[in-house]
Amino acid sequence: MKNAMLLFSIKGLLRDRSRSLFPILMVSAGAFLCVCLHSSMKGTVTDMVDSAARFDTGHVKIMTRVYNELADQMPNDLALMGVGNLLEKLKRKHPDMIWTPRIKFGGLLDIPDENGLTRTQGPVFGIGVDMSARHSPDTKILNLEKALVRGRMPGHKTEILISDSFARKLDLKIGETATLLGSTMYGATTTYNFKVAGTVRFGMTPLDRSTMIADIDDVRMALDMADSAGEIMGYTNDMLYDDKRMTGIADAFNRDFADPDDEFEPVMQSLGEQGMMRDLLRLVNVMVAIVVSIFVFAMSVVLWNAGLMNGIRRYGEIGVRLAMGESKGGLYRSMIVESVCIGIAGSALGTAAGLAVSYWLQQNGIDFSSMMQKSAILRSSVWRAQVTSVSYYIGFLPGVFASVIGTMFAGIGIYRRQTSQLFRELEV
Amino acid sequence: MKFIITFFTVLLLTASALYAENYPSGKAILDAIDRNMTSENRIIVSKMVIHGRRGTRTIRSKTWSEGETEAFTEYLSPAREKGIKMLKSGDMLWTYSPNTDRTIRISGHMLRQSVMGSDLSYEDMMEDPELSRHYKAAVTGKETIDGRPCWIVELTATTPAIAYQSRKLWTDRERNVPLKQELFAKSGKLLKRLELKDVAQIEGRWFPKRMIFKDMLKKGKGTEFIIENIRFDQEIPRHIFSKAALRK
Repeated sequence: MKNAMLLFSIKGLLRDRSRSLFPILMVSAGAFLCVCLHSSMKGTVTDMVDSAARFDTGHVKIMTRVYNELADQMPNDLALMGVGNLLEKLKRKHPDMIWTPRIKFGGLLDIPDENGLTRTQGPVFGIGVDMSARHSPDTKILNLEKALVRGRMPGHKTEILISDSFARKLDLKIGETATLLGSTMYGATTTYNFKVAGTVRFGMTPLDRSTMIADIDDVRMALDMADSAGEIMGYTNDMLYDDKRMTGIADAFNRDFADPDDEFEPVMQSLGEQGMMRDLLRLVNVMVAIVVSIFVFAMSVVLWNAGLMNGIRRYGEIGVRLAMGESKGGLYRSMIVESVCIGIAGSALGTAAGLAVSYWLQQNGIDFSSMMQKSAILRSSVWRAQVTSVSYYIGFLPGVFASVIGTMFAGIGIYRRQTSQLFRELEV
Repeated sequence: MKFIITFFTVLLLTASALYAENYPSGKAILDAIDRNMTSENRIIVSKMVIHGRRGTRTIRSKTWSEGETEAFTEYLSPAREKGIKMLKSGDMLWTYSPNTDRTIRISGHMLRQSVMGSDLSYEDMMEDPELSRHYKAAVTGKETIDGRPCWIVELTATTPAIAYQSRKLWTDRERNVPLKQELFAKSGKLLKRLELKDVAQIEGRWFPKRMIFKDMLKKGKGTEFIIENIRFDQEIPRHIFSKAALRK
């Protein structure tokens, strides 16, 4: 009997498009927008954290106390010394993490003419990373192979990667010499010849402007920084940031190395502790939750209203069915079954469409680099969404429940209809 | 009432007259400093002792300079810096490194960078101004520095392309050597402090053999510039101040 009623309702919905098409489209649109909004906001936050971690903060980062105070100025005269020993200790104590030293530096990149005189030059931001092995962790962490635009990965001593737009600006060809004019760890002027192996584009405006990436051993030679590094980055093996765990590791490290009299003592900070990232993340997450909640609520009200409208629109039909002897309870139940069918169909369609668009945005993204020419924020200029488990039900549940609840409220009117007045109403 | 006004007018005029009598004009002091300190050319062998946050380094160099516009410096030690040369010609600065065999022009923001990690910037190196040509001066007081009576002279730049908008000098009244200088930015912020020590008579001039530079924006104990040997008004071949000399 129940199956027959369900079949009857579905047949009715399919044959009467005014009862199915518009409500399903409404529910689909609501579910679609909920999924897309949630996925895109989640993608924005994740991208912000991921970009910061890979290029700037690590999941944890070790610096000297004084370097940390002036970190924006890349003060390599205050860098960590005895890095080899420290790395050994870290790898022994936390074998489940990736530890990698980095040196950030500034200077002038000078391109010579055939006589060795300056042909062109420009200020450069450099990062010394471990590229000694083809599969070094930093090559993967910084996605260097994916970022390659021209040329190849450095394979020999003194070979570097340079941001593609910077190379074009300096009219620098693959294989040409570029001389770094910078300061050693002790402040002395230094010059060092590098060879351009390839050009890269990260899709992050601050990095794509004028960056060079060199092997840390070459940078150590250039800047007189033997066994030293500005920063040691620590990452979890799965590259997923766990704030509680990282803060715990940082606190334990700082307790072990605490020496208030030594301004060069190493200090470890988790991603959340750097540059108010934790507060920023909390704020962004709360903002995302508020925006998504408001949107889901608004969509629920719209869908509920659609359910109500649908009930009112079918006022005459309900009257006829009552007049023909259908029980009020049976009629109410059949309307709810119909709305469940519409809710499920619309929500499934909307969620599927939302997931498809979100997956496409997750894989391909939309490039906003032309609008972010002067951006100083270290985040991708390609905007991507992120599909999470929540994406699968954030649109589906409100879609089903709101349309059903709307119908339930609208259906209450059935019980108020007086059988004695039905024929008079129908005459009208 | 008339009497009171006349009394105060006379008092003011007397005070002005006394002030004028006691304090020489700023211009006269700057001219005297320039006459004593500047020469047609000079050759200096010096060492720079840089007291950084992580220790002390000593760098020796030899400099040939002519007037305000030409200077050539060759670094003599330590090994990492040996053979590095710098040439200043007009408002241009080049550096040559034997390691890379490159001659690189230093310009823009790099001119404000520290030279060899010292408290001197390339701009400081490029500037050796005749004070009377670039500043107007006013004497504002007197003080004793290292047992020597000094005039306190405040200088304000009259030419725009100068690294320091204003300076405050404590200049030895007899020897015409500024024993202490404070160098200020346009905003009035103190950027550098310079102390001149061990003043001795060299070839008829009073000249400091040790200078202590302190970049007030940097932590550290400053940089000592010690003159080991100085000769004035020598025969310096013109080719020294050419780019070709950098690679020789």
